[in-house]
Amino acid sequence: MFFLDPFFYEILISGLLAGVMYALVALGFVLIFKASGIFNFAQGVLALFAALTLVGFQTGQIPFAHLLSLFGLHATHWGAGFPTIVALLFSLGVMVLLAWLIVQIVLKPLVNQEGIILFMATIGLAYVLEGVGDLMWGANVKELNIGLPEGPSEIILDATDMFIDKLEISAAIVAIVLVVSLTLFSQYTKMGRALRAVADDHQAALSVGISLETIWWIVWSVSGLVALVAGVMWGAKSGVQFSLSLIALKALPVLMLGGFTSIPGAIVGGLIIGVGEKLFEFYIGPLIGGATENWFAYMLALLFLLFRPQGLFGEKIIERV
Amino acid sequence: MFYREAGDFKTSYQSDQATFTLRLDKILFWGLMAIATFVVPFFVTEYWEKSVFLPFFIYSIAALGLNILTGYCGQVSLGTGGFMAVGAYASFKLMTGIPNLDMFLVIMLAGLVTALVGVLFGLPSLRIKGFYLAVATLASQFFLVWLFNKWEWSYNYSPTGQINAPTRDFLGIDVTGPTTAPWATYLFCLGLLFIFAWITRNLVRGHIGRSWMAIRDMDIAAEIIGVNPLVAKLSAFAVSSFFIGVAGALYFSVWLGAAEPTEAFAIDKSFDVLFMIIIGGLGSILGSMIGAAFIILLPIFFKNVLVGYCGIPTDIAEFTQIVFIGALIIFFLIKEPHGIVAYWRTLKEKLRLWPFPY
Repeated sequence: MFFLDPFFYEILISGLLAGVMYALVALGFVLIFKASGIFNFAQGVLALFAALTLVGFQTGQIPFAHLLSLFGLHATHWGAGFPTIVALLFSLGVMVLLAWLIVQIVLKPLVNQEGIILFMATIGLAYVLEGVGDLMWGANVKELNIGLPEGPSEIILDATDMFIDKLEISAAIVAIVLVVSLTLFSQYTKMGRALRAVADDHQAALSVGISLETIWWIVWSVSGLVALVAGVMWGAKSGVQFSLSLIALKALPVLMLGGFTSIPGAIVGGLIIGVGEKLFEFYIGPLIGGATENWFAYMLALLFLLFRPQGLFGEKIIERV
Repeated sequence: MFYREAGDFKTSYQSDQATFTLRLDKILFWGLMAIATFVVPFFVTEYWEKSVFLPFFIYSIAALGLNILTGYCGQVSLGTGGFMAVGAYASFKLMTGIPNLDMFLVIMLAGLVTALVGVLFGLPSLRIKGFYLAVATLASQFFLVWLFNKWEWSYNYSPTGQINAPTRDFLGIDVTGPTTAPWATYLFCLGLLFIFAWITRNLVRGHIGRSWMAIRDMDIAAEIIGVNPLVAKLSAFAVSSFFIGVAGALYFSVWLGAAEPTEAFAIDKSFDVLFMIIIGGLGSILGSMIGAAFIILLPIFFKNVLVGYCGIPTDIAEFTQIVFIGALIIFFLIKEPHGIVAYWRTLKEKLRLWPFPY
């Protein structure tokens, strides 16, 4: 039987950990969607941008060094980089600034537009950010190291003979901390209540004196923070490069499965997809040629949506003429 | 006053529905077509054919297809690249399986195969809407590209996994393979684009096009007044995929001559075609072509001007181009959600009264 197979548990656990990573990206989507009804396609590029910025600060790169070299300035680095913690704070600052710019330039003129228009605007945003990120920090693959433990965990290896990366365990811990703190933030702080009010009803929130613009700015900053965390985790795993932005494509089926409006949905969806695609790849993949991870999540989500169009935990879709 | 009629003088339904309301429009259009058909082929060089005209014609057909689905029927699709791959691989199988088949038939049959696949992937649209559907169409993109990578039958067990177009003809004139003349492929694709634009125009002003637009504007209301959403949505998927399949078949067999799924039909293709219809104009035939021309010509412009004249390194020019396209998308969505073609409409309205606007 398959559950006696020792590989089964190893795959199960690595699937769960991968699922946590997916959930981390999906979380950024859910936050923005709940507060502003915007389906932010640029979340993956946001993570890439955050990771690039972090590496840039860490290694002391000069932004736009390539462009400056056109004007005869050939320096690429300041003397030394910043320590990790300072670089993290600076990157967060950049993300907050970026959030403000996005709200002012892109979202403000598009208030009251249909969701699908906003969605397409975020595709445009993804292109802009990708290009700006590459122009600022260069397009080469960069290594990101912020001192997280790496390599297989010896304790687990000795005790159970399973090969599990320490990095994935720390990612899971970070993700759990992030989710718990976000939940606390949105449930018990004044700001969090304002956020939920905006998510509930824009007009009612405006009428009790909540500023939409500020709330959007905060939401985009928070999802910038989530992007930074996701970028750091994925970047530490596989290097900071263009393909990092493709994790957004991994997070989309997670969202569909879990429902666009639900934070628990993002987590559960992430876990289901993480485990599902690993098991499918291991047991069925070899029979049909392998590399099924690219599409399995989408097919699963597609079939699932046929029976439950709002996803697992999404709000019931009610339509009126 | 100038170029426009000064008011509404239509007296019959026919004239109200006419494609060209002015005789001048008609003369201009047919004049342009005559130049494109009888003059340009004598001057077209390989460079112009391969990097300007063929991409423009082929992407115009794809954009027309996506515009039917997204612009007219309101179903956003991100699976264009996958459907183009279906068209390309279907044409490849047909070309190698039935060597004597005329290229026109190959292209049409490839379109039909794609239409079938499109209907299959369109089925979820009956249950899911909006972003959910947009994301669901990504499933077709990833699944189909994976399929053509792994399914050896689809590329005739070639060891590299690449497909190459053999020499095939249209009415005795070679249009695929290495022996083609630039004018032949140019005219072949131009003719197809003309046919498809004509079909689109007649579909969207007829019964079926109106039911698509009703679904787009509000599907529940459309259902209540008697539009069958099953028929309307699936027919939009079928027609749209047919067009995109034809474009994919031409893209592989006539334009590139060789293709390999991960590169040639990647998700960027889906985005490119979506950008074409956003920039050109959603729900507009002219808009599809303007958008296609824009997205095709922009990289050429950047390459020639920035790299060629200003001496900027290629990678910087490329990133600048990405930023520029993204910014342009945002700009159009904010300032003119109906695309470039809306400027043309405004201009026509203005011309109607010019130079005495009061």
